[in-house]
Amino acid sequence: MLDINLPGLSLKNPIMPASGCFGFGREYSKFYDLSQLGSIMIKASTQEPRFGNPTPRVAETEAGMLNAIGLQNPGVHKVISEELAWLEQYDVPIIANVAGSQIEDYVYVAEKISQANNVHALELNISCPNVKTGGIAFGTIPEVAAQLTKAVKEVSAVPVYVKLSPNVANIVEMAKAIEDAGADGLTMINTLIGMRLGLKTGKPVIANKTGGLSGPAIKPVAIRMIYEVSQAVSIPIIGMGGVQNVDDVIEFLYAGASAVAVGTANFVNPFVCPEIIEQLPARLNELGFEHVTECIGRSWKADAKTAHYSS
Amino acid sequence: MIKKELMVVTKHEKIAEHIFQLTLQGELVLEMGNPGQFVHLKVSEGSTPLLRRPISISEINKDKKQFTMIYRAEGAGTQLLSKKVVENVVDVLGPLGNGFPIDSVESGQIALLVGGGIGVPPLLELSRQLVAKGVKVQHVLGFQTNNAVFLEEEFAKLGTTIITTDDGSYGYKGFVTDAIKDHNLQFDTMFTCGPTPMLRALEKLHGQKPLFLSLEERMGCGVGACFACVCHTGDDPTGTSYKKVCSDGPVFKAGEVVL
Repeated sequence: MLDINLPGLSLKNPIMPASGCFGFGREYSKFYDLSQLGSIMIKASTQEPRFGNPTPRVAETEAGMLNAIGLQNPGVHKVISEELAWLEQYDVPIIANVAGSQIEDYVYVAEKISQANNVHALELNISCPNVKTGGIAFGTIPEVAAQLTKAVKEVSAVPVYVKLSPNVANIVEMAKAIEDAGADGLTMINTLIGMRLGLKTGKPVIANKTGGLSGPAIKPVAIRMIYEVSQAVSIPIIGMGGVQNVDDVIEFLYAGASAVAVGTANFVNPFVCPEIIEQLPARLNELGFEHVTECIGRSWKADAKTAHYSS
Repeated sequence: MIKKELMVVTKHEKIAEHIFQLTLQGELVLEMGNPGQFVHLKVSEGSTPLLRRPISISEINKDKKQFTMIYRAEGAGTQLLSKKVVENVVDVLGPLGNGFPIDSVESGQIALLVGGGIGVPPLLELSRQLVAKGVKVQHVLGFQTNNAVFLEEEFAKLGTTIITTDDGSYGYKGFVTDAIKDHNLQFDTMFTCGPTPMLRALEKLHGQKPLFLSLEERMGCGVGACFACVCHTGDDPTGTSYKKVCSDGPVFKAGEVVL
């Protein structure tokens, strides 16, 4: 009832933790068996180790959170030899998030990490708002995004998904450019750029000044963008942005997502992913669906029945 | 083992200006033991405030399955928490982090416990466990002003207790570092928790002795997944080595991390 096939990914269910909100899984493995998850989108890997931004790196907002972690990670070689090797004990396909400052960085990381046994797909991080070089242009200029997608596709041993930034004027134009460049799928949305100021100091409350807004506050933006993009492209979308519970998952599927990633909610409730997976069949039954795929794109499809995507 | 539980409020009272003492009961207490650990609380059922609040554990009573925490009701989240009454439930995740290493001091030795403001509460359980082990304890507890002083009596029952206030309205006038010097306090091991400038000063003055510091840093997840509360390590102060305050700490040995 919950299984779904996407390029490179045979998922036992459509639920996965979003990149940046789950580390490399070690912390949450203390709470539950990670094999329950449909997939894990691991934290971004870069060519070289990165410490990330100064602290404070997070701030709370109304129904949301700002973060500016800055892609902290041990570098792709350690991610492969230590983190991905450790994750092999779990029966779960990994989506590896790939980041960089220039095309050569992405290509280097993508080529290396896509060869890891348990990496079944890449997620190109062209939309991190918290790095000062590279990221913004890749995520906001369609031609640059397309060029990067092509370059990575040439070296990747697994299908390539591209994570779209909501910080653009025309999300459909960006999605089409990436699809035309050969992307196998899209993940959307990344965080929205935001800022908070301290009342006593008058200054930004996070050290990076700006951060990425996540949490339930951004869900309507994600739903709108997935609704628009899923009608304009033929490649599948993994949706994310403020998912907190099983009903949110169904709303994302209705909008046109084929699978759903849970981000900030993991911080609030470490058990949120297995809870959603457990609740999903009953909720689908209540709504009259026999299979989760029947929900996909229901908001705009005349016939709610949809075929499985296949790689 | 870390657990999530809806725990029941058994006692909740204001004990100083903006300072509340909250006692919760539940099975999760049986997982507690190491003084200096903390819990992560969800103070509302809705999305605002969204994140959990890290609050240190100040007393553990396994027989009654109760633990106590002391917090300052300052922001929206802790102000909401302060409205909880007896028999209400609170969503608790814990126990989290690594606390003070009581094995680092032996029976008969002297431990100096230095707290600042809301960094004082976790030292109470530490002091109790050290006394039970036969360690002689001394306390220097710093507060801003007389209205902010709390737990003096509880600490005084366990060992010498010097209270300092910034404005001199109660106890010794001045910083905890000055009080340690003026009272010529001798010790084998120091344990401290409080604002970073205080920790920095103590590390500078006493870092050559065994010194364990409990850090505060803004957290996202509290379990080590979000990388919000990282700090550089002492042996690689500008590089990529790091420790997470929530899961590697909050207690670190002097010099282990950059304050």
